[in-house]
Amino acid sequence: MRASRKLLLILVTLGVLVGLNQIFEHGAGDFQINPYYARMVNLIGINITLAVSLNLINGLAGQFSIGHAGFMAVGGYTATYFTVYYGRTLASALGSGLDGGWAEALVMVMSLTIGGLAAGTAGLLVGIPSLRLKGDYLAIVTLGFSEIIRVIILNIPSVGGATGFTDALPITNFFWIFAVAILTITIVRNIVTSTFGRALAAIRGDEIAAEAMGVRTTRYKVLAFVISAALAGVAGGLSGQLFANPLNPQNLNFVKSIEVVVMIVLGGIGSITGAVLGATILTVLPEALRSVDQQWPGMRMVLYALLLILFMIFRPQGLLGRREFTLNWLRRPSRTKIAAALSDTADMRQHTPGRPVDRRSTLGGSDTDE
Amino acid sequence: MSSPAAAALLVTEAVTIQFGGLTAIKAFDMRVPEGALFGLIGPNGAGKTTVFNLLTGVYQPTSGRIVFRGEPVRGMRPYEIASLGITRTFQNIRLFADMTVLENVMTARHLRTRQSMADAVIGTGRHHAEERETRERAMMLLKIFGLERFAHDSATSLPYGSQRRLEIARALATDPALLLLDEPAAGMNPQESVELMDLIRWIRDEFKLTILLVEHNMKVVMGICETVQVIDYGEVIAIGTPAEIQRDPKVIGAYLGG
Repeated sequence: MRASRKLLLILVTLGVLVGLNQIFEHGAGDFQINPYYARMVNLIGINITLAVSLNLINGLAGQFSIGHAGFMAVGGYTATYFTVYYGRTLASALGSGLDGGWAEALVMVMSLTIGGLAAGTAGLLVGIPSLRLKGDYLAIVTLGFSEIIRVIILNIPSVGGATGFTDALPITNFFWIFAVAILTITIVRNIVTSTFGRALAAIRGDEIAAEAMGVRTTRYKVLAFVISAALAGVAGGLSGQLFANPLNPQNLNFVKSIEVVVMIVLGGIGSITGAVLGATILTVLPEALRSVDQQWPGMRMVLYALLLILFMIFRPQGLLGRREFTLNWLRRPSRTKIAAALSDTADMRQHTPGRPVDRRSTLGGSDTDE
Repeated sequence: MSSPAAAALLVTEAVTIQFGGLTAIKAFDMRVPEGALFGLIGPNGAGKTTVFNLLTGVYQPTSGRIVFRGEPVRGMRPYEIASLGITRTFQNIRLFADMTVLENVMTARHLRTRQSMADAVIGTGRHHAEERETRERAMMLLKIFGLERFAHDSATSLPYGSQRRLEIARALATDPALLLLDEPAAGMNPQESVELMDLIRWIRDEFKLTILLVEHNMKVVMGICETVQVIDYGEVIAIGTPAEIQRDPKVIGAYLGG
């Protein structure tokens, strides 16, 4: 029953995504979405994946990584390289081109998987030495790593070097971007609400106590870091193959890493919905401020920075803090009432002194139900 | 050791640890019999907490052997020792601050879960079953310690005495065979201390545990421990029943500075 409901949910989600993708790419009847807005929505989706994945290591496990752009670059370049140099051949071997059909979907899934694996492997290599140590070593190492990756890419002609990977084939679309974003949110959420999420939160809270309670601290820190890096790699693969958005080492520098950190800090570090909100705001805000440039040229980024500074002064815990935005308050009253009514009748039926009535139904909380 | 191994759960043989030139613990011998309520006392700075840190793998001894259930634990990481069945509480409370009371206890069940991260991500039946089991077991422990009403409150919002009890509940969630309590009565008033003594004794019988207790409160130590070992400046100066210890001139000297 649970499995069939899950399958139904997946199918409905995919159906909705396919429908929306159709509208986004081709319009519906006379209705066409302004390509400028469509592009912004796509970037929001990619940034959601980046922010939510970074939140796993920075927010949940409490380790400070500032090299997300580096993993995005590793994954992005690997995925795009695969599509450019093998994907087309593969598609034509299947008797089809990269024309939006099943062959293209296969190439996309393969390229994103390869990109994710490459970034995850890079995460493993960076994570093992730096996460064994307690303290801020991870920040320094990830920063150095992402700069090294950037310089290496600058010097590889087959991926475009300093010009950027302009040979990329634009096979990313709304569907893939949001399928990945939803997948990322699901993965991170399911980790957070599980025994592994509690183990990571314990590491964040008190590493010595966590270890004394049997948590393999180094292992879980590395695992969370690898998952986070792999998801950033997938986001890179999406970004690099988005129409007219070629990968460029200049866009994958330190500033991009910091931008993702700001997204999760703005949204509320440790909160998944906060990361989604932060990613959305930080994608829209610089664009929304474009009109400022028309009036006072050059003032846009000044205002942008000023807004962020003011925000952090007046709300240092971020928009949502550690809380999650849920719709539970909509249904909670009725549920609690039912639960209370049930346990009241149970009380009346079989109340033996000294044996407390099982009130598990009211303890459920939001994290046990699907 | 010539005496039967079955009787002793934990044995330390000539355990020594040096920090630079300082010998914090010197040739420390201890035999904790299975099912005992064993007290370790000594004046401030005698090395009691260092012994706990050695037993739980936070520090590695410079020399000597620590044997738990006949198996040497030297070189093991704290989480490995925890999974063998040794858990502890901390002198300066170390609860997970941004978790609820319930989550603190549930976290300590992690050790006894068998699901993989893939189970959690996909949400398999095993994941849901273990999650339910973890929650029920944690609630049961909270009930024992009278904390179930605060299950969903922040752990640090509890009064001091309750935080200490929560630490014991959390330690019990790992299913230990040996529980190390580091000054459980610290900061408690006399009434709370008496309740704590009853609770510790009850836990030992109910959970079939062996308890090693470090405590400053002499009333508590003398009231519940069957055997007491006294250390001063990292060395054992006396061992015996509470009555013997209270008469021992060396112990009196160590405490009164004679």
